[in-house]
Amino acid sequence: MILTNIESVPGMKITGHCGMVSGSTVRAKNFVKDFGAGLKNIVGGELKSYTELLEEARREAIDRMTQQAQKLGANAIINVRLATSAITAGAAEVYAYGTAVKVQPIEG
Amino acid sequence: MGDLLLIIVILGVTYATGSIIEKNHFKKIRQREIALVKKPVVTFGKKLTTSKKIKNVELVTGEAAISGDYFKTFVSAFRNFFGGRMVSFESIMDRARREAVLRMREKAKNADIIVNLRLETAMLNTEDNNNNQLPKVSVIAYGTAITYER
Repeated sequence: MILTNIESVPGMKITGHCGMVSGSTVRAKNFVKDFGAGLKNIVGGELKSYTELLEEARREAIDRMTQQAQKLGANAIINVRLATSAITAGAAEVYAYGTAVKVQPIEG
Repeated sequence: MGDLLLIIVILGVTYATGSIIEKNHFKKIRQREIALVKKPVVTFGKKLTTSKKIKNVELVTGEAAISGDYFKTFVSAFRNFFGGRMVSFESIMDRARREAVLRMREKAKNADIIVNLRLETAMLNTEDNNNNQLPKVSVIAYGTAITYER
């Protein structure tokens, strides 16, 4: 599966559209990590557990989107966008969406 | 009296830790940006024209969550009252964005160019949570990494 966030796949041509695909996930860290981040919040610095949280959420959202595209028989997703929302303190939602397409390499 | 003293001590300590962490972070960011200066990142994707053969196309992302500190929050409360630039929060946003972009670029070290860079921001704290007003900002940077055939 090829993912791009531009409107084409460079070096390939689009042979068919399969429609919009999307995936979302809401994730939270356990209370121990939340507490640790709260302490870190007082002194300042990077919140490693929340960086991890975002990474996991992004990966899962993209995975779900990819699975949906595979079901539709696509081999690439173009124009992928990521959106986030803060639904509650300590949790993050990542929503990934894009257009599933069929692509093949340009010959010559 | 004891409470006031405690607040002053906390403010002093967090001012020290916050500014040391921030200084070191900015130093690291600058070094890493200088190291990556020859790898272009652009915010457009449509108008990419190249005669080179393309080997690999891939979506790359980078995440960073940066927190403020107690001192910054305390100072910005005054600023919020009188209005104007909140310099102490500007630097947090700046650090989070630059860190996220750098992580993305470091993941795509073998790529020749990253096109259509986009930044997505999420605040992890909500306004209704009164006990937790300290700012946390998290940023996702994403783009398409293109590798040319050599």
